Amino acid sequence: MSSLLPSEQPVQLLDPEGHRVEGAAHDFPSDDDMVRAHEALVVGRRINEQAYALVRQGRLAVYPSSHGQEACEVAAALVLGDQDWLFPTYRDVVSIVGRGVDPVETLVLLKGDWHCGYDPTEHHVAPQTTPLATQLIHAVGVAHAATLRGEDTVVMAMCGDGATSEGDFHEALNFAAVFKAPVIFFVQNNEYAISVPLARQSVAPSLAHKGVGYGMPGERVDGNDIAALLSVLGSAVESARSGGGPQLIEAHTYRMQAHTNADDATRYRPDDEVEAWRARDPLLRSEAYLTGRDLLTEERRAEIAANAEAVATAMRDGLMKDVEPDPQELFSNIYATPTPQLREQAAFLAEELTREDAH
Amino acid sequence: MAEHEKITMAQAFNQALRDAMTADESVLVFGEDVGALGGVFRVTDGLTAEFGDARCFDTPLAESGIMGMAVGLAMNGMRPVVEMQFDAFAYPAFEQVVSHVAKMRNRTRGAVGLPITIRIPYAGGIGGVEHHCDSSEAYYVHTPGLTVVAPATVADAYTLMREAISSPDPVVVLEPKKLYWSKDEVDLDEAQPGIGRAVVRREGTDATLIAYGTSVPIALEAADAAATEGRSLQVVDVRSLVPFDDETVCAAVRSTGRAVVIAEAAGFASVSSEIVARVTERCFHHLAAPVRRVTGFDIPYPPPKLEHFHLPSVDRILDAVDTLQWDDV
Repeated sequence: MSSLLPSEQPVQLLDPEGHRVEGAAHDFPSDDDMVRAHEALVVGRRINEQAYALVRQGRLAVYPSSHGQEACEVAAALVLGDQDWLFPTYRDVVSIVGRGVDPVETLVLLKGDWHCGYDPTEHHVAPQTTPLATQLIHAVGVAHAATLRGEDTVVMAMCGDGATSEGDFHEALNFAAVFKAPVIFFVQNNEYAISVPLARQSVAPSLAHKGVGYGMPGERVDGNDIAALLSVLGSAVESARSGGGPQLIEAHTYRMQAHTNADDATRYRPDDEVEAWRARDPLLRSEAYLTGRDLLTEERRAEIAANAEAVATAMRDGLMKDVEPDPQELFSNIYATPTPQLREQAAFLAEELTREDAH
Repeated sequence: MAEHEKITMAQAFNQALRDAMTADESVLVFGEDVGALGGVFRVTDGLTAEFGDARCFDTPLAESGIMGMAVGLAMNGMRPVVEMQFDAFAYPAFEQVVSHVAKMRNRTRGAVGLPITIRIPYAGGIGGVEHHCDSSEAYYVHTPGLTVVAPATVADAYTLMREAISSPDPVVVLEPKKLYWSKDEVDLDEAQPGIGRAVVRREGTDATLIAYGTSVPIALEAADAAATEGRSLQVVDVRSLVPFDDETVCAAVRSTGRAVVIAEAAGFASVSSEIVARVTERCFHHLAAPVRRVTGFDIPYPPPKLEHFHLPSVDRILDAVDTLQWDDV
């Protein structure tokens, strides 16, 4: 059963300076894929920065940034096809946008106009979840439904290191393995669950080792290496698509900012720990690689920056608009047909608002 | 099934599942021991043999996983029917039910509805050991987004299960374990009132007994006993806890002016207390006496040898009726 075990060290195809790692067993992505991924990384970083700024301006209630984790975010979306599904957490805004969802719709949850701001069926992106691991078992259900219909859909189920302690993480992996569901469980191990370090979640040799207990292969990958992520996730997706069953992939990365802007990371981790990770920034790595291969001309670089700026501007403009949420919507989607009691309550609120308007 | 054949409530549930699976290929039945065994109460008997292991299947023994998988299957075009085996074994699935099953339509502004049927054999009166006899309905009815039904008759077992499976929203079907083997001559093709409707099971003029699930047969028995003493008791079977049929229940109470609510669950902050509140708010000027309740005590479900002290009984119902201020008009 040793084939189920992850590699000794996380798979790395690019070192932190952007040089290819010699003798790597995994295929290196094509130049086109690397350029496309870099472009998405720049957009992802810009989205994180813009969202952070929008919190300070009071346009978003809160933002759990994936700053530093953008390579994981980008790769998870890029390896999927249109028929596939993504099950994101609250920190996966960049992945969701990578699937084609409008950033403004993606941030509705944090803006406070509604819960999920996009139609999950349009781009096959489940609502973002905050209970950490509940979405993983939904992913198994979506995948199994596709299998029953003979479709070759693959589902990318995302979670963090803290979520691997939740019961639903284990139930999801076990169900996926038993039903051989085409699901990739993608754990972004960013070292902290809010303030609690990985050592308090697990003493397993790695989180990827947890797959063994379910009869599922696990793999570890450098979560700041876009080339390794595209390669490892890409081959996992292709394996699942051709009937190889689920896999557990752990990306080792780091949350460069606090859990959200409402959190104070200085209370639980030293600044020099954060500083050490700056040198491993996923964008610096892909930029160094592409520049070294003459794939990133000044012109191309400017284009990429302009594109990211356009995304950020559209996002800012969209989120600056005040949408007046309709209070009647509180009652309209509890059931397909409102109950008599909900109709009464909707009428009560409408009447109350009419009275207030009259004053 | 031939007309007027005498069948059990368990057989009626089974026939409903069979007919729903025949009518709609997207209906899937799964849970613990529902395959080869046919369920510990035999409600899924023969379904795997007839429809195959892809349509009716056993899962790993993990209720949250079962419920979460139903969410995903429903998100992707299926109509899952999940069995929770026993009331108290459904608790591991509670987060999935409350945070996802019940809320998905709301969270997604109507884009994703979840047509999931949650079958829960519930309540006691069967001499079961602890964790096998809970009346857990209050947890579900308190959760917006869930429809909750509690059939009490063989005909309703069939009708409400078919309606639950065809509903565009999640429905909790509370199957009264004690009544699984109750028999009745029923024509399953005969239309019964749907979800959302209460039914007057027995006409009466002096007071109204309001019951659901396991309590309905006891209420009817109490009404029979009262009749021999010259008191005419009306019996309303609530059937649908959510949506609640205020119209039928309140019309019944207004017609008699007196009411007793009967439920096996603990009375505190319960379905029975909600019914009392609703009836009192809506029928106050028609009431000759405060609405009384006969419920289980506010205790964990008792061990088998003590359960008869806990369960609503004919005597307790008649005693409650006696206190409805008959001489103080």
